[in-house]
Parts: sequence; structure tokens; C-alpha cells
Amino acid sequence: MSGAEFVPLSLTPLLIGIFAAVACALPGNFLVLRRQALIGDAISHVVLPGIVVAFLATGVIAAGPMMLGAGGAAVVAVILIEAIRRLGRIEPGAAMGVVFTSMFAVGVLLLEQSDTSSVHLDVEHALFGNLESLIWLDATGWASLLDPDALRGVPVELPRIAVTLVGVILFTVIFWRPLKLSTFDEGFARTLGVRTNVLGMALVIVAAISAVAAFDAVGSIIVIAMFICPPAAARLMTNRLEHQIGWSVVFAVASAVLGYVLAGYGPLWLGARDAVSAAGMIATVSGIILAITAVAGPCRTRSGAPVQD
Amino acid sequence: MIVDALLLQLGYNATLVALGATLLGISAGVTGTFLFLRKRALVSDAISHATLPGVCLAFIIMVGMGGDGRNLIGLLAGSAVSASVGLLCLSWLTRHTRLAEDAAIGVILSVFFGLGIVLLTVIQTMSSGRQAGLEGFLLGSTAGMLWADAMVVAVGGAVVLALILLLRRPMTLVAFDPEYAAARGLPVDRIDLAMMGLVMAVTVVGLKIVGLILIVALLIIPPVTARFWTERSDRVVLLAGLIGGFSGYVGAGLSASAPNLPTGPIIVLVGFTCFVISLLLAPNRGVLAAVLGHLRFQRRVHLRQGLLALAQSQPIYENLTLRLLRRADLVRADGVATETGRARAAKALRDEKRWEVVRADQAHEAAAALYDGLRDIETVLTRDQIVDIDARIGGPQGVGA
Amino acid sequence: MLELASTHGTVPGETGLENSPLVVRGLTVSYGQKPAVFSVDMTVQTGTMTAIIGPNGAGKSTLLKAVLGIVKPLSGQVQVFGKTLNAQRGRIAYVPQRASVDWDFPTRVIDVVLMGLYRQLGLLGRVRAQHMARATDCLDRVGMRDFANRQIGQLSGGQQQRIFLARALAQDADLYLLDEPFAGVDAATEKAIISVLKSLRAEGKTVVAVHHDLTTVAEYFDNVFLINTRKVAEGPVATAFSADTLQLTYGGRLATAQIDQLAQVPG
Repeated sequence: MSGAEFVPLSLTPLLIGIFAAVACALPGNFLVLRRQALIGDAISHVVLPGIVVAFLATGVIAAGPMMLGAGGAAVVAVILIEAIRRLGRIEPGAAMGVVFTSMFAVGVLLLEQSDTSSVHLDVEHALFGNLESLIWLDATGWASLLDPDALRGVPVELPRIAVTLVGVILFTVIFWRPLKLSTFDEGFARTLGVRTNVLGMALVIVAAISAVAAFDAVGSIIVIAMFICPPAAARLMTNRLEHQIGWSVVFAVASAVLGYVLAGYGPLWLGARDAVSAAGMIATVSGIILAITAVAGPCRTRSGAPVQD
Repeated sequence: MIVDALLLQLGYNATLVALGATLLGISAGVTGTFLFLRKRALVSDAISHATLPGVCLAFIIMVGMGGDGRNLIGLLAGSAVSASVGLLCLSWLTRHTRLAEDAAIGVILSVFFGLGIVLLTVIQTMSSGRQAGLEGFLLGSTAGMLWADAMVVAVGGAVVLALILLLRRPMTLVAFDPEYAAARGLPVDRIDLAMMGLVMAVTVVGLKIVGLILIVALLIIPPVTARFWTERSDRVVLLAGLIGGFSGYVGAGLSASAPNLPTGPIIVLVGFTCFVISLLLAPNRGVLAAVLGHLRFQRRVHLRQGLLALAQSQPIYENLTLRLLRRADLVRADGVATETGRARAAKALRDEKRWEVVRADQAHEAAAALYDGLRDIETVLTRDQIVDIDARIGGPQGVGA
Repeated sequence: MLELASTHGTVPGETGLENSPLVVRGLTVSYGQKPAVFSVDMTVQTGTMTAIIGPNGAGKSTLLKAVLGIVKPLSGQVQVFGKTLNAQRGRIAYVPQRASVDWDFPTRVIDVVLMGLYRQLGLLGRVRAQHMARATDCLDRVGMRDFANRQIGQLSGGQQQRIFLARALAQDADLYLLDEPFAGVDAATEKAIISVLKSLRAEGKTVVAVHHDLTTVAEYFDNVFLINTRKVAEGPVATAFSADTLQLTYGGRLATAQIDQLAQVPG
């Protein structure tokens, strides 16, 4: 494929897919190890009511308010889950189930009640995203990457998810040590003066920010898949957290690239005319990667009995 | 209008839907209780998301065989098949890899749902797919439901409920005490499987009414709500069924009474309202009761510690303790004990000594186990026993000011 | 005549107590509405080994966790070397119960020991040769040097306990708090751990351990702290670890004959 075709049509969606996948996979590693994998599930469900409320409050479809609305909803959901878990003494899974389904129901109800048919705001968009449509029409080839005029026409989702990714990477690097420590042994971390509650909340908020930034471009389904599948597959590849993070990034990138390509060209190879959902395909590929590691990953089973020497 | 709806006066279809929703609510509430008690509430999330590829494949196959693809029974059969495949994958992952159940649930729900969406886009490009209406399975849609479909929902709800009634004894045993159930020779694995089968049946029946994303709410909210009101597990089952049925009935009724009130979300929100009321107001487990209880308890602890310190002429450091003692007129503003304060302190110290005797004496083992620093000794021993203990301690001792 | 345990304790005097490694006053901790620890006072002397003893559910671990700030007390104060806990965190090392963590966590033995150097390393400080040498040295002290690169899930229970001890050694503290260090470990590990603890005492450090094996108290420890929700007794093994105090602590849970036998073990 030539640059003249690839750069305007495929480069930006591909990059957005990759950045979104990695931004979700990084905090996902810690969520999976902390048995909080389904926080990602909960967050991605409550994004819908968040953007609907933001739309109803401002009356416009604009990225700023909608991101704020979605982020706000995620934080509200996390606080509600914690509150219900503690106050009602209910196990976390059930507390999550109560909160995210109810908030999602509010989102759907508000959507039906308000006249949003004239604007691009619907449940399917929230679930599937529209990765394929994030093209860069001002580009004419690889040279456009150096052309300021053309760069101005890059879809706004790209810089947004790129900035989010940088933020997530910084968070992971700076708080690497306390994150690892408190995930392994929370009590010990507290005796060292690590404020584990604050750190745990920060991790969930970072995950929420990734989810919101990614969701806008790729829909909530990729978000859930990327929070959980690459880290889970990576865990089956290695017994060291540092390597696990590396593998999870590799798997996230591979899912994004393979998923995007398969969605765009797979049907053509099979003789069909139209592409299928890239978001759905990326999630599917991440599942296939997990299936392979579950069958053949070197560290797929629990460590088992102690080794004698 | 709302009254009409709740009295089932809105026509044959609406009545069938309300009936179906009620039966579904009861079935979901009861089934969900077994999941909730086994701490596996979110397994239902994986099952419900895993129905999507089955629905799509069933549609594609039915179209391929020359039908129009919208036969509800066919679609539901497809959803059941893919949900079982999802369930099998889930249990394989948790058994044969080191992944914890929550990660495995996340994997199944996101990957199956992703695959479903790929298939949905395939259907959209098929010629007959333009009005497939499969999106209705995401959020449920009862508006303009065919009579035959409403019949399927109502009959499906009734069948699931009948199955639950049939299986409730062994499932209750397994949910509350799997080891005891196994010891009594019950096939725990098979009963677990049956439980999951019921969750799947509830999900499949509920697809058309509340949609696959919200069916989870019907399985989780009623048992969690019921749990606030009782400590007895058989009553949780009963209450959860009632709450689920109530949500289904009122939700379906409300939804039929006005346009733009989608059935699924309304049913869920009726259930959530019940939950919030229970969370706040339930006796014992409710938030209000818990907060008041904690404050009362904290005051008791501080007062007791303060009295014991007074009795032994020790300084009191905690401000809260001093404040409480002052407010109860047990000490004066300058921190010196009042007449009542001295009397109460002496009594507290005496009780503490009585407890010491009780706790050192094997004869009082049962009573001693109840000691927590606060309990009045009169509540665990008879007057005669206390007199006997006092005789061992010696005469009353005064406390200096 | 039984002596009543004091409630609010004595004020730390002008002499001595400021330097006491650990002073607890009027500590009450409750889970829900049942106090696990009620109005407990405790004073630990420098350079000693103290065993916290009591029946199951008597609040031993809770006391330790409240001292460390892991659980929040309902009332009471804790002073470490005369100051608040937060000001002295660098001088405390902690060995949690082995079962309190997920040993399937993806990490190596040496990484766990390096966690003990967290306060020196900070957020972004690089792990240098001197840190590696220190961690390896601590592993050596517990006899686990050869296991440095092993995945932690591959260790036996006793080995896991030794790793936790090595991590505490890496903290280079003055006060060591251990929660059931001998629970479920093999005889060799028990011997290794007690010899490390005794060498710490020889260096002038202070050791406090929750302990469940009454038969080894006199052999391992200088002081005992008997607790059953309330403090029952505190002091040197020779005086505080008696038939009377054990009876008070365990009530009917220990046979009288057993108690007499234990209390006669020479200190």
C-alpha cells in the first residue's frame, strides 16, 4: 500500500487504536493483579450516562464537556461502589453490579427522554466507537507528517489519546515502586508510610481517564477488552511484573494492529465487500491472543508445589 | 394512565409483557440470590454479554437457510448456545490457568461482546439485515412487540420459574454450605452447573425485555437489596424474588404508560430505588442504623474507659472522653470527678474486677466468652452468681476524689 | 489476689520512657461493634524480646496492626521512641502474617527484599550495587542467598517466612514487629528465625512478636504481654508468665495441668 493511501486513511485510526490499547493495558496490569479487573467494566458502562448528562447540561456535542461528564461519572461510580461496599458490607462484585447497571439504565433513559436524534449521540456509538472514521483527509502521503498545514487537520482524538497515554506512562513510571509494593502487600506498604487508599484511588482514576479518552475514539468494548485481555495474557507469559508490563504492551499493540487490519481487509480476502467493526475485531484478536497464552503460555498455571533442590 | 398500566388495562400485549416481566423479575431475583451468596454475582455479566455472538450467528444461519432471521425462538436458542460456550470458557480459564475469576469474567464478556459486534456489522451489510433490529437485544425493546414474541417471553418466564421451584432445595444447600452439601452426597458440580443454566435461562428470556446489558441488574440488585433486611438466607431468597417481581411489574407498567420510557431501564431503576431505600433505612444493616450505632458505641467505649481511669486516679488524655464525661456530669469542668462520677467509676471498676474473676474461672467459660470490655456483667450472670463473685473479691472499695 | 490491669496507663515520666521503643496507652480497636482490643496499655523496653500471647481472637494481631497504623483505633495513643508513629516510620520494621499476601504475585525473592529499602530508594531512586549488596546480605542472614532469583510462588512456607524476615532486616530498623513468625514453618526455619532475632537483640534492637506456641515462650523471649481483649499481664517471663496469668488469659481453654507445666518451664 502506498503512503498516499495509507497515511490519510489508515495511519491515524491505527495510531489511535494503538495508543488507546496501551493506555488501557498499563493500568490494567495492576487492576488484574489487585482482583479489580472488573472496575474497567464498571467504568466503561458509566461513561454513557456521563456524556448524556454533559450533553443535556451544555446542549452541545463538544469533546471538553463530554470528557468531563464521562470522567465525572466514572469517579462518581467508583465512590458509590466503595461506599456501598463499605456501608452495606456487600462484596465488591455485587456492589459494582448494582452501581454500573443502574447508572447505565439512567443513561439510556435520559437518552430516550431527550431529543438527541439530530445529533451524533447514541448507545451503539458509545459501545462500538467509530475508529474507522477517524481519518486524516488533509494528508497526501508520508510527507504530510512534516507539513504544519496538513497536521492541523489531524483528527482531534489523536493528540488527545496521545497526551493521555503520556500521562498514564508518567503515572506508571513515577509511582511504579509504591504501586508494586501496595499491590503485593498493602499492610506492609502502609507501615512504610505509603498512603495506599489514596494510591488505589489514583490508580482507578487514571484508569477512568484512559477509559474516557479511549472510549471517545474506539467505544467502550475495546476499553474493557484492553484493560483485561493483554495484562491477563501477559501474566501467563512471565513471573516478573516488569516483564509482564512489557508483554502487555506488546499484546495491546498487536491486538490493535491485527484487529484493525483484519477488520478492514479480512472481509475482502474472504470475498465480501464491506469492512467489519474494527473495535469489535480488536477485542476479538485480544481474546485470541489470550486463548493462545492460556494454552501455551510458559507461566499459565499456578506455581504449585514448592520446588525441591 | 399509570393506574391503567398497573392494572393491566393497556391491551393484550402490554399485559403479556407485564406478566412476563414480573415472572422474569421473580426468577432473576431468586436465581441471582444463589449467585450472590456464592459471591459470583458478576458471572452473570459474562453470561449475558456472551449471548450476543449467538444471537447474530443464529440470525445469519436463519437467513442463510432462507428465512427472514427474526424468529425469536431461533435467536434465543442461538443466544443460549453461545452463552454456554462462554460459560465453558470461563470455567476452563479459572480452572486451568492462574487467572482469577474476575479477570476471566472480564475476558469472556469483552471478547464475546467484541465478536458479537463484528458479527453485527456483518449482518448490517447483508441485504436482509437493514431491519434486523438485533440492536434491540442490547437494551431490550418491548415497543411494537409481536403477540407471538410477548407469548414467548411470558411462557419463558413461567418455565424458568417452574424450574427454579423444582431445583430450589439442592441449590439452597449448595449455595449456603457447599461442603456440607457434598458431605451429604449431593452432586455439587452438577448443581452448580444447573444454577448457571438457570442464570442463562433468565438471561435469554430477559434479552427481549431488558436487553443483555441490563439483565445483570435484575440478577444482582434484588438479592443485594434483600440482604439488608434479613440475616436468614431462606428469607433472602423469598425477599429477592418479591423485589424482583415488584420491579418487573411496576417497571413494565410504568414503561407502558408513556412514550420514551424504555422498559429495561425503568425496571432496573425501580429495583435500584428499592435498593437505595434499603441501603439507607434498613434496620441493623442500613447506613442510618449503622452510623447511629457506631456513634453510640464510640461514646460507650470512651465513657467506660474514662470511668475506669477515674476509678484508678489516672489522667485522661482523650479530649472526646473528657467531653463525654463532662456532658454526663461525671466530672467537673476542671476534670475532677463529681459525686455521681465517683460512684459510677467505683461501679465500673468493681464490674471489671468481677469480670476478671469470671474470666479466670473455668466454670464461667461461656459467660467469659461474651466479654468485650463493655458488656454489663448483670446481662450474663444471675444475681446469686454476682453475690458469690463479690464474696471472692472482698468488700466494696471507695474511690478517692 | 489478682492485679487489675490498668486502663489509661501512667504518664511517661521524665526519665526513661521517652526512649522506650513502644508505649501504648488506652488503645481500643473494634471491628464492627465488638472491641477486639479494649483499653490496652503496653510498654516495651529497649533491647528486649517480647512475646504477645493470647488465645485465638484475643486481639494479638489487631494490637500489632493498630500500633503500625494499619487499622485505625477507636481511641488511644501509640508512641514510638517518644514520638508519633508517623515521625518514626523509618525506625520500625514489620513482618506480616505470611498468609496475608498473594504469593502468586509475579516477582522474585530479591525484589521482595528490596521492598524493605523503599524508604531509602524513594519513588525514582535507582537500585545501585550497594542496595543489591544489602538485600543479598539480608537474604544471607536468613540462609536464603541462593534463592534470590526464584519466583516467590515456588517457595515453601518456611522459605516465604524467611523472605519476609529478610525484607524486615533490609529496613534496618530499631524496633521489629512480627506477626506470628513461627506459624506453620518447619523446624529449620524456626531455628534460623530465632537466631536472627537473638542477634538483633544482641545489637541492641527491640523485638516484639505475636506468638502462639506457649511451650517455647520461655526459651525464646525475655518478656511477655498477655492479652485477651484486655491486657492481662506484662513483664519478664519469670514473673508475668505464671499459672495465674495464663489461667486469666486463656480461661477454660487450657487444662490446668497444662498451665502448671508451662509455667514451670525455666525462663
